[in-house]
Amino acid sequence: MTVLNVNGQQHRIDVDPRTPLLYVLRNELKLNAAKFGCGLGQCGACTVLVDHEPVFSCILPISVLEGRYIRTVEGLGSEGRPGPVQSAFIEEQAAQCGYCIPGMMMRAQGLLEHNASPSDAQIRDAMAPNLCRCGTQMRILRAVRRAAKAMMADAGTIQETAK
Amino acid sequence: MNAMPPLTRRLLLTTGGALVVSFALLPKLAALAQNVPKLPGDLDKTPMLDSWIAIDAQGRITVFAGKAELGQGIKTALIQCAAEEIEVDPAGITLITADTERTPNEGYTAGSHSMQDCGTAILNAAAQVRGILIELAATRLNLPAEQLKATQGTVVANDGRSVRYGELLTGQDLHRPAQPTSPLKDPKNFVVIGKPMQRVDIPGKLTGKPAYVQDMRPNGMLQARVVRPPSYGARLTQLDAGAVESMPGVVKVVRDGSFLAVAAQGEFQAIDAMEALSALAKWEQGPVLPEQATIYDTIRQLPSNDSTILDKGTPGQQGAHTMRATYHRPYQLHGSIGPSCALAIFEADKLTVWTHSQGVYPLRNALADMLHMPQQQVHCIHVEGSGCYGHNAADDVAADAALIARALPGRPIRVQWMREDEHGWEPFGPAMISQAAASLDADGKLIDWQYDVWSNTHSTRPEGPAGNLLAARYLAQPFAQPAPKPIPQPEGGGDRNAIPIYTVPNARVISHFIPQMPLRVSALRALGAYHNVFSIESFMDELAHAAGADPVEFRLRHLDDSRAHDVVTMAAKEFGWQPDAKLPRGHGRGFAFARYKNLAAYCALALELEVEHETGAVKLGRIVVAVDSGQAVNHDGIRNQIEGAIVQSASWTLYEEVTFGRDGITSRDWSSFPMMRFPAAPESIEVHVIDRPGEKFLGTGEAGQGPAAAAIANAIADATGARLRELPLTAARIKAAIGI
Repeated sequence: MTVLNVNGQQHRIDVDPRTPLLYVLRNELKLNAAKFGCGLGQCGACTVLVDHEPVFSCILPISVLEGRYIRTVEGLGSEGRPGPVQSAFIEEQAAQCGYCIPGMMMRAQGLLEHNASPSDAQIRDAMAPNLCRCGTQMRILRAVRRAAKAMMADAGTIQETAK
Repeated sequence: MNAMPPLTRRLLLTTGGALVVSFALLPKLAALAQNVPKLPGDLDKTPMLDSWIAIDAQGRITVFAGKAELGQGIKTALIQCAAEEIEVDPAGITLITADTERTPNEGYTAGSHSMQDCGTAILNAAAQVRGILIELAATRLNLPAEQLKATQGTVVANDGRSVRYGELLTGQDLHRPAQPTSPLKDPKNFVVIGKPMQRVDIPGKLTGKPAYVQDMRPNGMLQARVVRPPSYGARLTQLDAGAVESMPGVVKVVRDGSFLAVAAQGEFQAIDAMEALSALAKWEQGPVLPEQATIYDTIRQLPSNDSTILDKGTPGQQGAHTMRATYHRPYQLHGSIGPSCALAIFEADKLTVWTHSQGVYPLRNALADMLHMPQQQVHCIHVEGSGCYGHNAADDVAADAALIARALPGRPIRVQWMREDEHGWEPFGPAMISQAAASLDADGKLIDWQYDVWSNTHSTRPEGPAGNLLAARYLAQPFAQPAPKPIPQPEGGGDRNAIPIYTVPNARVISHFIPQMPLRVSALRALGAYHNVFSIESFMDELAHAAGADPVEFRLRHLDDSRAHDVVTMAAKEFGWQPDAKLPRGHGRGFAFARYKNLAAYCALALELEVEHETGAVKLGRIVVAVDSGQAVNHDGIRNQIEGAIVQSASWTLYEEVTFGRDGITSRDWSSFPMMRFPAAPESIEVHVIDRPGEKFLGTGEAGQGPAAAAIANAIADATGARLRELPLTAARIKAAIGI
């Protein structure tokens, strides 16, 4: 039995502890956002955050994840209340087939939690592990920039309120 | 997900089908039918209005489309077409796509045909339905139709009375054939078409809603994986699967000849079992592959069926300048980010398959053939997958799922391919060769053009016989692969866009169709147009250079079509193209233009890039595009498709090539088949849409592929002086060409 903290909820998982996190998210927890792309850590479709770091969930066994804080796109917001990264991707219509986009958003979320106002080169470098075959890269870059601005503005508002 | 269609609709569809049959059976009527004008778009194939649009008593509107969402945004554009002409809010429309028991049979969602065939059908059907609603209201209210107006799901009279759509219709009112002409709105009055509308599918996909066939998990579902042979044509000679059958979670090992699969409770258990099976299986190697190093010579030496697709004037004229060039394009991958996936269940002698195939009807027929079942007993339902960009493994994995489901009746079977299999077994975009020769007169005008292109087929789609489904060829009683056929002009396959759009008095174009396929091939986005436009537009730059002309002006002097002029001029203007512009060392700019298939969207683009002298690496700069897709339904959808086409084509053009040894395909992952990553993405892409209200829809999805490749090659030549004619234009090849 492995206990996983996903999006702030504890889950008791009874599968082979060698099982990569991706299959547990998708099949045991029925979370759709993280996707199987390569199973090799080469494409980023499965990207989730573990303790604020983007990781390839397709190659990370759950045995090493007890006590860690796992976040998926489902933890960023919902269709009715999308989070700032999701809103930015929707505003920029940054998707074609959309299959890679949840991984992109988690990669972007991880970046923006470390660096609130990244340069264009920093965004490109940070997003480099994730592949998009539809060629949506230009929109994804715009969406990350938009999300950075929105999160900065939100942070500003929160600080203002605190005063 | 498995909701049955309302009984009435099924009944109506059956009735509609019977009508068509009776027409076909009566020679007199059939002869009459030949004089009937063609109906708009795919109404011509499926003429009954209620096959496309249903309105229930509550006024809820359902639109049925035989084309599928592949990530191109077609759902949104089709809803816009319907909403505009029926006069309802787009949010009030439910769109059902590609389902063999519910929607019209529109063949494949391919070839940039969706707006042209399906969009046109829905636009016209919707306008005719509005006309019927107004007629019915006129009768109901006893007023002339001129005093009535349809708006927001209601017919409103000048005297203030109104009737809602749902109250006007009774059972059979829409069960009538479409007319050749429709009461289409004046584009000046459009409120939905051409106006901004966000994609209907994006919010769900971005918040973890089940959106893909990969996300389906009905009760009792088993996870299955297939053990593919080590190489093409290998045969399974020995297998003792006992140890695998007792592995945790394993439900069944399925073997039929050399088709080998395993179904398990858990997905990782299925993968574990697949790996164990793979280690136990003994195979007899299939035929060896040709040497990659000499593949183009091999292809040229294979027998070909040659056809002259253009013969104009007296080809062979000598001018002031004669130039020749040969271009090569390697095998390339679709490379969907999500490996192909399908879900199937076999129960009560019926097979149901959820699939991201581009053609549910042709797939249904091929599956029925493979399983020796009547076609009516096979139901294929499209559910989105990862973007496909043509014929990838979508149909193959559906066949895999069907075979496993047949062995485990009553259990839903989900199969997803592994990355290594998607890379190794999908049908590739074929390798191609072209030779161009042209002559210029002393004024720098083209007087002679000769072009030859060699290619395999660009479609081995499963059209009916099972032999184009991968698994079918490996069964104990195998199906032979059908003989490949060329796709005829004017659309063409390997010769798509092989006929120059430019005006040349003497010209000959020969298409050399090569039936024998050394590697598995089929339709990859733009088919032969990617290579032919790369060749022709590279060659046009070489000719412009020989003529001492600016490449943009040189193209314009050979273009008669005013819409072609407009896109070329707009791309040049928005880019700020200046003849003889001086750029810093290592920087170059390139231009290219094509009209996709010479009959779909027009696309011209200008770009700048930098070549790093030390390595030959290309850094893409600003890209400016002009596109004319006819009547633009969703401008941002067009921009998104064009941006995507350019980035994807840039990746093909700079990096991508399938590699193989004598024993099989060796590019089996994203490391051995690298594609573009973010740091190498262009600095910017700016797309200008030239809207043509009231004009026909022109397919856009593939229009950018060829021009992007040629513009990059032209800019590399501008930056370095080196003309590269073999794709991909890798850093190593550029470095070798520019020297120390």
